[in-house]
Amino acid sequence: MEPENDIIPPSIPTPAGGLKLFAQLVQVLGTSTKTTDKLEALVNYFANANEKDKVWVIALFSGRKPKRAVNSTQLATWSVEVAGLPGWLFGESYHTVGDLAETISLLLPEGAGNDADDKPLHFYLEEFRRIEKQDEAIRKQFILDCWKTMDRNQQFVFNKLITGAFRIGVSQKMMVNALAKFTSLEPSVIAHRISGQWDPSTTTLLDLLDESPAIIDYSKPYPFYLAYALDAEPATLGDPGEWQVEWKWDGIRGQMIKRNNELFVWSRGEDLMTEKFPEYQLLKDLLPDNIVLDGEIIPSREGKPLPFALLQTRIGRKNITKKQLQEVPITFFAYDLLEYDGEDWRNRPLSERRAKLETIIQPLNSNTLLLSEIVPFTDWERLKEQRLTSRDQCAEGFMIKRKSSAYQVGRKVGDWWKWKIDPLTIDAVMIYAEKGAGRRSNLYTAYTFAVRDGEKLVAFTRAYSGLTDKEFNEVDAFVKRNAIEKFGPVRTVKPELVFEIAFEGIAASNRHKSGVALRFPRISRWRKDKTAAEINSLEDLKQMLNAYGVKKE
Amino acid sequence: MALIEFTNKGLFCPVGGFYIDPWKPVDRAVITHAHSDHAHYGSASYLCHHLSKPILELRLGPGSYQTTEWGESIMMNGMKVSFHPAGHVIGSSQIRVEYGGEVWVASGDYKVINDGISGEFEPVKCDTFITESTFGLPIYKWKSQEDIFTQIQQWIQKNQAEGKTSVIIAYSLGKAQRVLKAIEPVADKIFVHGAIYNVHQALVNAGWQLPHVERVTPETPKTALKGSVVIAPPSADGTSWMKKFTPYSVGVCSGWMQVRGNARRRNVDAGFVMSDHADWPGLLAAIKATGASKVFVTHGFQATFSRYLNEIGIESAEVKTEYGNDEEAAPTTITEGEPEA
Repeated sequence: MEPENDIIPPSIPTPAGGLKLFAQLVQVLGTSTKTTDKLEALVNYFANANEKDKVWVIALFSGRKPKRAVNSTQLATWSVEVAGLPGWLFGESYHTVGDLAETISLLLPEGAGNDADDKPLHFYLEEFRRIEKQDEAIRKQFILDCWKTMDRNQQFVFNKLITGAFRIGVSQKMMVNALAKFTSLEPSVIAHRISGQWDPSTTTLLDLLDESPAIIDYSKPYPFYLAYALDAEPATLGDPGEWQVEWKWDGIRGQMIKRNNELFVWSRGEDLMTEKFPEYQLLKDLLPDNIVLDGEIIPSREGKPLPFALLQTRIGRKNITKKQLQEVPITFFAYDLLEYDGEDWRNRPLSERRAKLETIIQPLNSNTLLLSEIVPFTDWERLKEQRLTSRDQCAEGFMIKRKSSAYQVGRKVGDWWKWKIDPLTIDAVMIYAEKGAGRRSNLYTAYTFAVRDGEKLVAFTRAYSGLTDKEFNEVDAFVKRNAIEKFGPVRTVKPELVFEIAFEGIAASNRHKSGVALRFPRISRWRKDKTAAEINSLEDLKQMLNAYGVKKE
Repeated sequence: MALIEFTNKGLFCPVGGFYIDPWKPVDRAVITHAHSDHAHYGSASYLCHHLSKPILELRLGPGSYQTTEWGESIMMNGMKVSFHPAGHVIGSSQIRVEYGGEVWVASGDYKVINDGISGEFEPVKCDTFITESTFGLPIYKWKSQEDIFTQIQQWIQKNQAEGKTSVIIAYSLGKAQRVLKAIEPVADKIFVHGAIYNVHQALVNAGWQLPHVERVTPETPKTALKGSVVIAPPSADGTSWMKKFTPYSVGVCSGWMQVRGNARRRNVDAGFVMSDHADWPGLLAAIKATGASKVFVTHGFQATFSRYLNEIGIESAEVKTEYGNDEEAAPTTITEGEPEA
């Protein structure tokens, strides 16, 4: 074991090492346009911040949310009260700013932000936990007292911490790289260390990054290896014999871990899903101990996957009926073997991992844990044709993996490719617009689209993405000139602009007027060549529903 | 009676027989300031403050320009007309009209803080006040000019230490002259884009004392630009014209920088919240100082601002105009169609 100061350089205490320093970091991360600047800011932060604050920052930037001591409505109400403004002005301001925490910080009177009043980040986060259960009056007084001493930047990050929405221009990968630079550990090691379940209030930086496994977290997943999209012709990949092809299933990527005779299932978003799907409990007794599998969380019957729309009926539901368990049984399609008999297998070639995986899964004869079948192929052209049948398989296309590949960390180019089918598309006209958030604040960038139904227009989907900034600006200008009516933040606009909407799936829906719900709708292009008279009809959507859809929700 | 009517050509004074800042050609135009959304081409005659004249000539070409001084009274068809400083840009004025014992003031664009070059905003007592509302939301509160200048200077010095050129994006009339004062103490050499150079020269020729600037031309050697400060209009931001300054850092001076989303969308390295328009407290202070019993709110957040005025007991109505679409704001990648700020 290394002496600890070899792993963690001694930190230099700075007078403004608390929330102020963190606010500075957030400012750089939020405004800097260069990755190198952001990385440098993070490394500097880790070198100078309060020890406990560092652990909290790792937690925050890896998606662990702080306690919500108060809700957004309370915060908004108190802020206008302090600012002496009527409540409706909060709404108007919010529509322009597009961010709750920022709106509040802009409305509040600015405090001095003296170094003497600067408390460490963990002080606030631990206070949030402490006051969470207390009377509203106590919580309000705490928040108001904090605001009073803070400058605008501090107020902004403080509000961000309370509202729990910390998405601030930094990816987990970047933070991992900064920590790697700061500690001289490998990024993959760091990524593994900070994953899984741990509580920033009881974990020290040493617990988290120390080489010695003082505390064993049996649930800890490995970082996922992610594929890049294949844009080139598959033939450019060379000899088909070097590649393994599987269907790209449309579920939730997951990791199944059995260690210490306990079972854990993680989603790619690092949510622990074990309790959400009781089907998995049976696997605890079937699987050998100390094993980690990579695979897809997906409903299936008799080995055939069911559409994503059905999976959605199970997500987020606490009480599951017997009927749901029968109609939408959740299963796990195993792709890969990451750990076997307690040993990390990630650096062995895929072919070896796969062979071992088959010998483990096949004898289980389970309806819940299945192998994701390999698609045999000998030439790329034939595979191309087979890809067109993806939708019939409830798949999104193919995964192409190099047989000799290691299981890497994060998104890496070269060995793993996803080769998705083209989305479904339909031409529609924009009928409503709303302002966006974040970097699209004060711009009309969220649109509702309609198709024709005889003489009428029927709204069928909303979409926020797919246009360039320049195009968004153009549409924004159109909305400002052609708004007909105002319903709160929504503007009805002249039905004139036609867009091609792309989507991944379609399902029947009683909640939507059109009778259909789309999966992952986005704007694929602006059809400036088409007029509103030339858009698709509701009948066209219904035909798509018949051909590819989930008829019953 | 209505001394000023809101028509499809602009603000019309029926008694005086003239328009204030018309957006269509008219016989007699009274101009608050030389920004292109307020001073349109094609009118038969213009009346403006003498400091606006060189810029109007530069932008609209030769024509009939009559000038006046602040506080000087002119009679037009029996209507008393006078100009008063608006503090927006050089020459910018509020127009006061008086007839039959009633006083109206059209303020054009204004700011209440004294920037040291545009003349200090003068509160003019009136019965009816016409106000802009570009930043008519309580989220817009400006820091002092001194604070912003310090920010700009520190940023320039940081760039100099890193061997980078500081490219400051500022509107050619107003912000560019204002920001020169911040730059002068920390820069040996100040370069400007042609659009800014033209306005600069027009002002120098008219007798203004401004720091020396050099125009960036294709002949300007790259070595001369290294570590220097360049002022460019928004329309130049992100164009190949900027390549020459590599390595450089871009700082935008605009009130819109107050909101992070705007700064991120512009992809700027630094945003300086500096505006030639009044902020929320400024608008309210200006309106209250006029003592007006009726306020018309034009370009900006007019619906919101007007509603608020009514709620605090100042009778108000919103008016649609064509202001707030200056040429410099027009390229969509620059300020996304927001008015010049």
